[in-house]
Amino acid sequence: METLVKEIDTTEQKDVKVFRANALESEAIYIFREVVAQFEKPVLLFSGGKDSITLVRLAQKAFWPAKIPFPLMHIDTGHNFPETIEFRDGLVTELGVELIVRHVQDSIDQGKVIEETGKYASRNTLQTTTLLDAIEEFKFDACIGGARRDEEKARAKERIFSVRDDFGQWDEKNQRPELFDMLNGKIEIGQNVRVFPISNWTELDVWNYIEQEQIEIPSIYFAHKRNTFLRDGLIWSAEDGVVFRAQDEEVRERTVRFRTVGDMSCTAAVESTANTIEKVVAEIRESKISERGARIDDKRSEAAMEKRKQQGYF
Amino acid sequence: MEVLKIATAGSVDDGKSTLIGRLLYDTHSLTDDKIEAIRDSSRKKGYDYLDFSLATDGLVAEREQGITIDVAHIYFSTAERSYIIADTPGHVEYTRNMVTGASTSQVAIILIDARKGVIEQTYRHFFINNLLRIKDVIVAVNKMDLVGYDQTVFEDIKQNFERLNANSTYAEQNVSYIPISALKGDNVVAKSNEMPWYQGETILQHLEGIESIDVNEEGEVRFSVQTVIRPKTDEFHDFRGFAGKIKGGNLKVGDQVTVLPSMTTSKIESIYFYDKRYKEAEAGSSVTITLEDEINIARGDMLVKSNELPRVEKDLTATVCWMDSKQLRPGTRYVVQHNTNRVLSKIAEVGSVIATDFSGKKASDGTLGLNEIGEVKIKLSKPIFSDSYIANKSNGSFVLIDEHSNTTAGVGFIN
Repeated sequence: METLVKEIDTTEQKDVKVFRANALESEAIYIFREVVAQFEKPVLLFSGGKDSITLVRLAQKAFWPAKIPFPLMHIDTGHNFPETIEFRDGLVTELGVELIVRHVQDSIDQGKVIEETGKYASRNTLQTTTLLDAIEEFKFDACIGGARRDEEKARAKERIFSVRDDFGQWDEKNQRPELFDMLNGKIEIGQNVRVFPISNWTELDVWNYIEQEQIEIPSIYFAHKRNTFLRDGLIWSAEDGVVFRAQDEEVRERTVRFRTVGDMSCTAAVESTANTIEKVVAEIRESKISERGARIDDKRSEAAMEKRKQQGYF
Repeated sequence: MEVLKIATAGSVDDGKSTLIGRLLYDTHSLTDDKIEAIRDSSRKKGYDYLDFSLATDGLVAEREQGITIDVAHIYFSTAERSYIIADTPGHVEYTRNMVTGASTSQVAIILIDARKGVIEQTYRHFFINNLLRIKDVIVAVNKMDLVGYDQTVFEDIKQNFERLNANSTYAEQNVSYIPISALKGDNVVAKSNEMPWYQGETILQHLEGIESIDVNEEGEVRFSVQTVIRPKTDEFHDFRGFAGKIKGGNLKVGDQVTVLPSMTTSKIESIYFYDKRYKEAEAGSSVTITLEDEINIARGDMLVKSNELPRVEKDLTATVCWMDSKQLRPGTRYVVQHNTNRVLSKIAEVGSVIATDFSGKKASDGTLGLNEIGEVKIKLSKPIFSDSYIANKSNGSFVLIDEHSNTTAGVGFIN
């Protein structure tokens, strides 16, 4: 992405220069403003990952000098990287926005979902139930998320305003056409819309933006030493006791970083020495493995994402 | 980096997904794990080559049937810029998807199977690109490997297509012809060694040479207000900013503007992007504007330069592409969404149905069915501030929303 502007005089608030839009950024801001205009109770789904952090920056830009006019909500699997939670709380305090947290553990305790067992046990799928309950509890009619179309092939067919029924289901064969930039958010009571302002961004676009805007992100995105073990050619964290590890899976300290920050139980690390944004961007540009290549939740089957989305997953 | 948006359309089996896969593969946009997944699936299907279509067909039903059903968005980039492909299916029942994909694109790639030549579906693809006024059209004659890379086959198809092009209603449209084999990689990214008779560009070379102009950058300045920003904080107690995306041209501080529908005038006091002020902002920018005078402005209102007023219309005549299984009938009510403005409307008349094979208009039975395109007259409960589609794409188009199902039932291009 192109650098937005240079040589701006911020001290005197003078009108300095011609503003040249970054197409993707302007599109995202446009989408945020449509959400606020078309819905009664929007919420931004915040995972603590780089995509949702980018969303927060875009929302700030969309409504400045007013505060972000909707709360953030985190569906906490209980398997978060501690660094992410720390980061989340700092950000919310700084922005002065409301944070809602709902826990997958509560859904398990209430008997609404059953914890998976075995080697590949993950709470990633379980969070759908917690999310749908929270949507109902707060009567949210628009949930803004950081999903991108380049992530996965079912996501490539996702709309910017994606209508979900009372059960949170995605009807992939019956989606509303989106023409030009006209967004239709008209829904029935009980339905809600999932909104994806950075649909058209690629992973590299997000990283370039983080670099250009100097956006802070959690430390686990940068190279650090971590106790890990290998399984199926992927590197898993052996810390915090979240990921199941068999006796014969040997723990070793490696220098790694994470490319996505999902539930710990389904997010693998990559070996890397990139400890600055510049180095991370350079690494991604050269990378031969896709971002979701380290997400075991997508590897369950070729249609894993499509199935989860039909059930209400993001 | 700038973005160029491309729409692809093709019939079943003419190799559209393979072309896209080839573009991704040869620009090194496919990562190892994705190539591995394609290799796996290809092997399972018993192919001895990489079936790139598996990279793009995203839904289970699509993979099962080996066809594309919905619009997919695919991304790749070169050192020059980023590309977004809206991949749309070509069957007649998917006209709505083709129109949707084309609505945001600047370039269209029409695929023709060299063995079959120009067929009925080619007509339809070209017709839609014509109707939506897609500036650049690439006619890619694919599967040249299966006709022995024969120049006469290519020239024949080109001639046939040029006859079709004679019906074009868009004289400024650039149409170019490229012989390719998506499967073998001829003239997609790399130049073919098999067709020395072809001296022109490859598909990627051609794309790289197209100047990227957003749909929103054409016409006169139109600023449709999305929302009014009123922080009501101590620091910004009296701040009233009008948030929207500038379309059609640049806006400057000091510009004399007229607000529709009130027709009041004022001057632009400031243009904000985030916490910075600018003298001027370009088309395509999502900015916040304040005016020198206090004027009552709400969502759906429009700011324009006072010497560039749009039409104020209560009776619309438009070419409508129908996208709903429930037929469009005279006397029924729909919500017209035009930019950020929504107005209740009543269908006055469905005049004629336009054949997508360039054979002209025929009288309609008074209705318009799914995937049909026709001339429609619409009565609005309140006026909209519009241009013709030819003059201004974004201010010359609207969607019709079904009041009961809430679905986007059709799209209109204002005459």
